[in-house]
Amino acid sequence: MKNGFRQSMAWLHTWTGLLVGWLLLLIFMAGTASYYREEISRWMRPELPRSTVSTDAAAGRAVQFLQASAGQADTWFVTLPQPRNPAMTAFWRNPEALADPSKGRRGRFGNATLDPASGEPLQSRETRGGDFFYRLHFDLHYIPVMWARYLVGFCAMFMLVAIITGVITHKKIFKDFFTFRKDKGLRSWLDFHNVSAVMGLPYHAMITYTGIVTLMIMYLPWGVKVAYPQDEAAFYAEAFGGMSEVTTVAEGRATPMPIAQLLDNARAHWKGQDVAGFSVTHPGAANAVIDIQQRDGRRLSIDTPALRYDMVSGRLLEQTPASGAATATRGVLYGLHLARFADWGLRALFFLSGLAGCLMVASGVVLWAVKERPKHAKRGRIGFGLRLVDALNIGAVAGLPIAFAAYFWGNRLLPLGMAERASAEADVFFYAWGAALFAAFLWPRRLMWAWQLYIGAAAFALVPVVNALTTEAHLGVTLRNGDWALAGVDLSMLAFGAMLALCGRRMQAWQPALSAAEKKKRAAAAAASASGARA
Amino acid sequence: MDSPPDTASMNSSSPTAAVPPRRLAAFVAHPAWGVFSRSMAAIVGGYALAAMTSVFCAVVWTGARGQAVLTGMLLAILAAAGAALWAFATRSAVRAWMGIALPTAVMAAVAWLLGAWT
Repeated sequence: MKNGFRQSMAWLHTWTGLLVGWLLLLIFMAGTASYYREEISRWMRPELPRSTVSTDAAAGRAVQFLQASAGQADTWFVTLPQPRNPAMTAFWRNPEALADPSKGRRGRFGNATLDPASGEPLQSRETRGGDFFYRLHFDLHYIPVMWARYLVGFCAMFMLVAIITGVITHKKIFKDFFTFRKDKGLRSWLDFHNVSAVMGLPYHAMITYTGIVTLMIMYLPWGVKVAYPQDEAAFYAEAFGGMSEVTTVAEGRATPMPIAQLLDNARAHWKGQDVAGFSVTHPGAANAVIDIQQRDGRRLSIDTPALRYDMVSGRLLEQTPASGAATATRGVLYGLHLARFADWGLRALFFLSGLAGCLMVASGVVLWAVKERPKHAKRGRIGFGLRLVDALNIGAVAGLPIAFAAYFWGNRLLPLGMAERASAEADVFFYAWGAALFAAFLWPRRLMWAWQLYIGAAAFALVPVVNALTTEAHLGVTLRNGDWALAGVDLSMLAFGAMLALCGRRMQAWQPALSAAEKKKRAAAAAASASGARA
Repeated sequence: MDSPPDTASMNSSSPTAAVPPRRLAAFVAHPAWGVFSRSMAAIVGGYALAAMTSVFCAVVWTGARGQAVLTGMLLAILAAAGAALWAFATRSAVRAWMGIALPTAVMAAVAWLLGAWT
C-alpha cells in the first residue's frame, strides 16, 4: 500500500497475527505439550508398571500373548516398549467371520496393552493421555476433523504470513535480539514480543511451514488429481513407496522362527538400529510373513525403513525402497515437525522453543490491546473492539493454562469406573476454558488478568499434590526411584505454577506508566511546593 | 503498526464528501472495500495460485510423477505466502489481483496445453 512497503507489511503483520492469535495460541500450547506426549500419557496412567526388559524378551511375550488370545487373527500389530513408553501395545484384526457386528467397523479389531515383563494385559484408567493434546493441536475438539484441519491450516498460513511480515517489519533484527527495556509499558511489551519471536525465529518459521507440510496433501489435492486422474492410490504407492501389500491367503500350519532371531536378523541388516515394532500377516500359517519396523530416533525423517521376512524360514522377502528426493524432503520436514528423533536434551530445547512461540503469540495479541488503549482512553470510553480483544486475551492467555491444568486434575479426580471417562477428561478441559472465557467477557479488566493467572498458578502447582493424594506415582516415589519422566511432569507443573504466579503478581502490582505531560506536571507541582516551603 | 491502509490508493473520492444521491458511490468507494478486496486476493487468490502451482509442477516437472506432485505441494505453500505479501504490498487492489491472477492463469494454460484435465 501507498505509505511504504514496510508500513504495509507492519499492517499485515498486525492483522494476520491478531485475527487468528487466540486459536493459534491453543494450537501452539497443545503442540508444545505434545513434545512430551509419551511422558504425559505415562503420567496419566499411573497404574502402568515401569519395567525394563530387553526388546527381544518383550517381543517374545507379545507373541506368546497373541498366540494365546488372538491365534485366529489375520494380522497382528505389536508396538514394542521403548524408553519413553515402557508398556507395549498389541492389536489384531480378525477374519470377517469372527467380527463383532455390534462394534461396526471396529468389530474386527482387538487390542491390549501388555506388561513387557510378564506379557499379561495391563489394566489402567481410561484416558487419552498426551494424545489429547496431540489431536487437539490439529483436530481441535467437538467439530468434524476435516473442518478442524482446514481451520488449523488457515491459521497456520496466517502465521506463516505473520512471521514473514514480522521479519520485514524489523529494521534492526539483530539489535532487537539484545534489547529489552523493562517497566516501560508498551515498549516492554514490544521488546518482549520481539525477543520471544526473534530468538525462536528459525524455530517458528520451521514449525509453521513443516506444520502445513504435514497436511499438505489434504490442503492441495489438485496436483494428485491431475497427475493421477483415475487412481489416487497409485500416487501413494509411487510417492511413498513402502512395501507391497500382502495379498496371499493363509495356507497350512507351521511353527514360526523364534521372534528374537527374526529381530536379530533385522538389526544385523540395519547395522545395529533397534526395532520399534512388527506386524505379522497370517500368524501360524506356513506362509506367515513379518514386517519389522525400524525405531525412529536416529533419523530426521518420519519415514522409517522396514523389512519383510518369511516368518517360517527367516528369508528376507522385501524391504522399503529408497525414496525419491521430494519424498525424502517431505519426510524430513514432517520429521522435524514431530521431533521424534530428539533425545532428552534436544527435546527440552524444542519444548522451550515451543513455549517461546506461545509467549510470542500471547505477547503479540496483548501488544495490540496495549497499543490500542490510549486511543480509547482519549475518547473517554473503551470501544467494542478493544473490549472484545481484552476479553479474548484474558480468556486465552490466562484462561488456557487453567484449562490445561484442569485436564490433569480431571485425570486424577474423575471416578475410575465412570462411563466415557476419556472424553469426560477432555470435557473438563473445555469446561474450565469456557468458564475462564465467560468470566473474561463479563469483566475484562486488569484484575481479571491477575485472578486468572493466580487460579492457573494454583491449579498447576497443586497438580503434584492431587497426584500424591490419589496415586502411588507421586514425587516422593518417582524422585526416589529416579523415574525422571514422571517426576519431570510433576516438576514442570510446579514450575508452570511458579511462573504463572509471578505473572499474576506483576499484573496485580502494575501501575500505568505516566505520560510525559503528566510527569512534567507532577515535577512542576513538586518544584512549586518545594519553593513554597522555602518561602 | 496498526495504521490503517492508506485510503488514497484505493478510492479517488473522499467518502465524507458524498451527498445522499451518491450514497451508493460512497459506499462502494469506502476504503474498507480496498482492504476487503486485497484480503480476498490474498486468501482466495493465494489459494488458487498455490493450487495452480502444485498442478503446474505436477505436469511440468520431469522425472517421477509422484516426486513432481510432492515438489509442487512443497512449493505451493510458499507461493500462497508470497501471494499474501504481494496483495498488501502493491500499490492498488487491482494490481494485487492482477499480480496473482496472471501467474495463475499462465500456469493453468501451460498445464492445460501439456494435457492436464483432459
